[in-house]
Amino acid sequence: MNNPTPIIGLEVHVELTTKSKMFCGCPADHFGKDPNTQTCPVCLGLPGALPVPNQQAIEDTIKIGLALNCEINEVSHFDRKNYFYPDLAKGYQISQYDQPFCHDGFVTLDSGKKIRIERVHLEEDTGKLQHTVLGGEKVSLIDFNRSGVPLVEIVSHPDISSSAEAKEYLKKIHQIVKEIKVTTADLEKGQMRLEPTVNVKITDEKGGHFTPLVELKNINSFNFATLAIDYEISRLTTEFEKTGLEKEGGNKTTRGYDSVKKLTFPQRQKEEANDYRYFPEPDIPPLRISKSVVEKIRADLPQLPDVIIADLISAGVKPADAKILSKDAAALTILKANPDLDTGKLASFIVNKKVDISSNINEQYSKLTQVGETDTAKLSNFVDEVLTANPKVVEEYKKGKVGVLGFLIGQVMKLSQGKADPKTVSSLLLEKLSGSQ
Amino acid sequence: MAKTTITTSDVAKVGVLANLPITDEEKKLFADQFSATIDVVDQLNEIDTTGVIPTSQVNHLENVTRPDVVDKDRILTQQQALSGSKNVHKGFFVVKQILEKDSE
Amino acid sequence: MNKQIHELSVVELLHGLEDKLFSVTDIVHHYLDRIARYNPELNIYLHVNEKAIDQAKAIDAEIKKDGLTKPLQGIPFAVKDNFLTVGLPTTASSKVLEDYYPQYESTVTKRLLAAGAIILGKTNMDAWAHGSSTETSQFGPTLNPWDLGRLPGGSSGGSAAAVAAQLAPVAIGSETAGSIRQPAAWCGVTGFKGSYGRVSRYGVIAMASSTDSPGPIAQNITDAALVTSVIAGQDQYDGTSSPKEVEQYHKLLNRKDLKGMKIGLVKGYLLPTMRTEVKTLIQNAAKKLESLGATVEEISLMDPKYAIGVYTVIQRSEVSSNLARFDGIRYGHGRENFGEEAKRRIMLGTYTLSAGYYDAYYKKAMAVRTKIVEEFENAFKTYDAIIGAVSPGPALKLGATKNEPMFGEMEDILVEPSSIAGLTSAGVPCGFVDDLPIGLQITGNQFEETKIMNIAKVYQDATDFVKFPEKYQK
Repeated sequence: MNNPTPIIGLEVHVELTTKSKMFCGCPADHFGKDPNTQTCPVCLGLPGALPVPNQQAIEDTIKIGLALNCEINEVSHFDRKNYFYPDLAKGYQISQYDQPFCHDGFVTLDSGKKIRIERVHLEEDTGKLQHTVLGGEKVSLIDFNRSGVPLVEIVSHPDISSSAEAKEYLKKIHQIVKEIKVTTADLEKGQMRLEPTVNVKITDEKGGHFTPLVELKNINSFNFATLAIDYEISRLTTEFEKTGLEKEGGNKTTRGYDSVKKLTFPQRQKEEANDYRYFPEPDIPPLRISKSVVEKIRADLPQLPDVIIADLISAGVKPADAKILSKDAAALTILKANPDLDTGKLASFIVNKKVDISSNINEQYSKLTQVGETDTAKLSNFVDEVLTANPKVVEEYKKGKVGVLGFLIGQVMKLSQGKADPKTVSSLLLEKLSGSQ
Repeated sequence: MAKTTITTSDVAKVGVLANLPITDEEKKLFADQFSATIDVVDQLNEIDTTGVIPTSQVNHLENVTRPDVVDKDRILTQQQALSGSKNVHKGFFVVKQILEKDSE
Repeated sequence: MNKQIHELSVVELLHGLEDKLFSVTDIVHHYLDRIARYNPELNIYLHVNEKAIDQAKAIDAEIKKDGLTKPLQGIPFAVKDNFLTVGLPTTASSKVLEDYYPQYESTVTKRLLAAGAIILGKTNMDAWAHGSSTETSQFGPTLNPWDLGRLPGGSSGGSAAAVAAQLAPVAIGSETAGSIRQPAAWCGVTGFKGSYGRVSRYGVIAMASSTDSPGPIAQNITDAALVTSVIAGQDQYDGTSSPKEVEQYHKLLNRKDLKGMKIGLVKGYLLPTMRTEVKTLIQNAAKKLESLGATVEEISLMDPKYAIGVYTVIQRSEVSSNLARFDGIRYGHGRENFGEEAKRRIMLGTYTLSAGYYDAYYKKAMAVRTKIVEEFENAFKTYDAIIGAVSPGPALKLGATKNEPMFGEMEDILVEPSSIAGLTSAGVPCGFVDDLPIGLQITGNQFEETKIMNIAKVYQDATDFVKFPEKYQK
């Protein structure tokens, strides 16, 4: 088989850091709280309870969409995703199906490659299950504190071609959502969840073949994501070589990642047929988001890393420096505060720690960029004097020991009391050294 | 108009989706009854709905949202939350484990 | 006082309390005695409020101190058992919720209690509101006080029977498609369904989320208007509740006649299968309204048979989803406890939403719904109200629902169109066939409650159909 080409799509769930839950006024901050102490009729799924959407969560979703270059739907609505599971209090999850808030965006990787984003939508989280044994029986303990917390789902197109690209994409998403302050995105707390979907294209003499899709779940770190994806690419390729089984409707499987054994394993489907029977949520009237509302949200967005980097580069900062400084708020402030100085140079000084940004920048900058005397007429005398005073060194230079040039430059600098421009001195010396017999 | 035939295996599949235990008798009964019901529903095809936008909201409301504030009035105590169930343990609801993770 | 307490309307009871003719405790004692006497054979109340006397005493103390300061102070209510009430079980007449004590109060009962009312007890209904007979209750049917061999209608059968048998001066029910108006018709009392969104659904066990409308079942339209003014209004906990202002409806029933009003008698609601006697009563009602000054014309609307298809699909689909939360984990018992009707509806609804069928059924039904809505909107440009029978005939016998897998939806053919469109409608008694009551629907455009109540008031004042079965008058 030639060149198995990985095809990777990423689904990222982001827990919004709102004060209250998505459809009720329970506190959204659930980490570490005693079980079932932050529930109400709505998020506990009691009979007769009704959902009312959180305005801030909707705005946050639009912020994420804008930060990811998405189109914002003017009319949007929620849908019910129906399935049974103990952690799903109502027996359906309120999510979005055919009219999500945002669609058709992209993220640009450093290589310039664009990863397209299919949609960004808003939904509610489920409760938490814990498996244990009680009285000799295998049971699950359910805590509904997390039920109803707002969750934004970001779905990419399968444009990613390697685990490295996947990691970069994930890191960029992570940075962006934190940057626009909609979430603290702490992976260990489950505030950002990663779900790669992987398959492989294998080309042989008959043409291109696509292996079945695999969805990888329960991955809570970028490194595990990379490892799981690589493992899966290899496993899918080997599987295909054995079975020749190709992708077709209904043969997508779900696998978990075991970080200890460093492998993926099959997970039983939650239900035989994943027929979610989506229909528009009758308890929640549709949302109409006007263009002016979108523009206001856009205007309130903080500048995003990629945009900051682009701006720095166009101001003369080296790309490598720009990338580093984009994350340094203090440095960015200094650069903004000193528009008269050469931004590129100042940026470089900061990156190379040649300036202490807590003290007077102007002074430090002047010292570092001080251009000495460049007038060759004036410097000629110093140069001649040094050459005359050091005949042995000149001899050595002519014999090929070019390193001594530094010494000669130093001597001229001494004579000029440091006021000469080293570059000019250097070129004068070279001229005279090559010119003399 | 052709009569719709819903089979007992259709009914069985729906029973799984609906998380309802269905006996064999019920499967037969429902298969007949559903077929009859769908015949009634199929009458809707006599109405031309080309270009008609489906209605899911009859009272023309839009943008009904709530501000992002904590509502203390509705929060249930742990005891209240658990009060409807007989299967609780240390603050949790308890249910028989239904999903097991297999390892290769 | 010539009348006994149970012969008094809500308005009369309030006057009586004001005039100190009796106390709230007197009223509640009186009703509790009657319930003890008559409920066993009628099976109207599933649970009686043991705290009712204590609550009555507390309200008497309030009245003694400050006089009557609340709109329903001291008035006892029968409440359908799909309204969540703290301190009283809420079962939806199903074994699944047999011993469920809710952790929160429905908005409707909260507002009633804040208005000074007392809950006498929770009334029987079709389990999960699935039906038009109360025969699907898993705790036995309620019997029609007019004829114990007959059904009271449903799904608010218990509430309607409570008012008819005078075991409560007024009751609360809910209508998804006919469930207030139809039992009111079969029991000869007045039911009022406000527009969809007029009254909050928060705390009402959901049946079809897009049509469920809580409302009163009363002795007459004035009482119904008063109760509606108390329970209606926007609720922050129900996103579909209307922000439209609520009027003091009972104070606006000032019309002396119907001059200037145009009323449409729906031709298609005079079903070919309808008994002549019933048609005659409806035509009499039309003539009556004419004699009161209205212009009454025959109007043709879409054949109501299509509303059955629309309603069946939308309702059963929403039901299948709304009943998914009943898994026995957080409350109630397991799903194996659902009765046959509930299972049937959940299954059919699951089927019509499932992959491959959604477009053919659910989406199609929603599109026909649009046409029904538009047709009504158009009709109401010309007409102030439309009228017709509530039900194809009088109360049916016990057992009528057996082996009828679409009993409810078929029975409610005449009221499904207005429910699907979220309209407002009054169901008032308009005569008797075979000594059984027949109900007339007076239906209006969304949020035209005042207008419809006025027409009903003028009609009721000019007729003498507000009657109660003799057996329970003692």
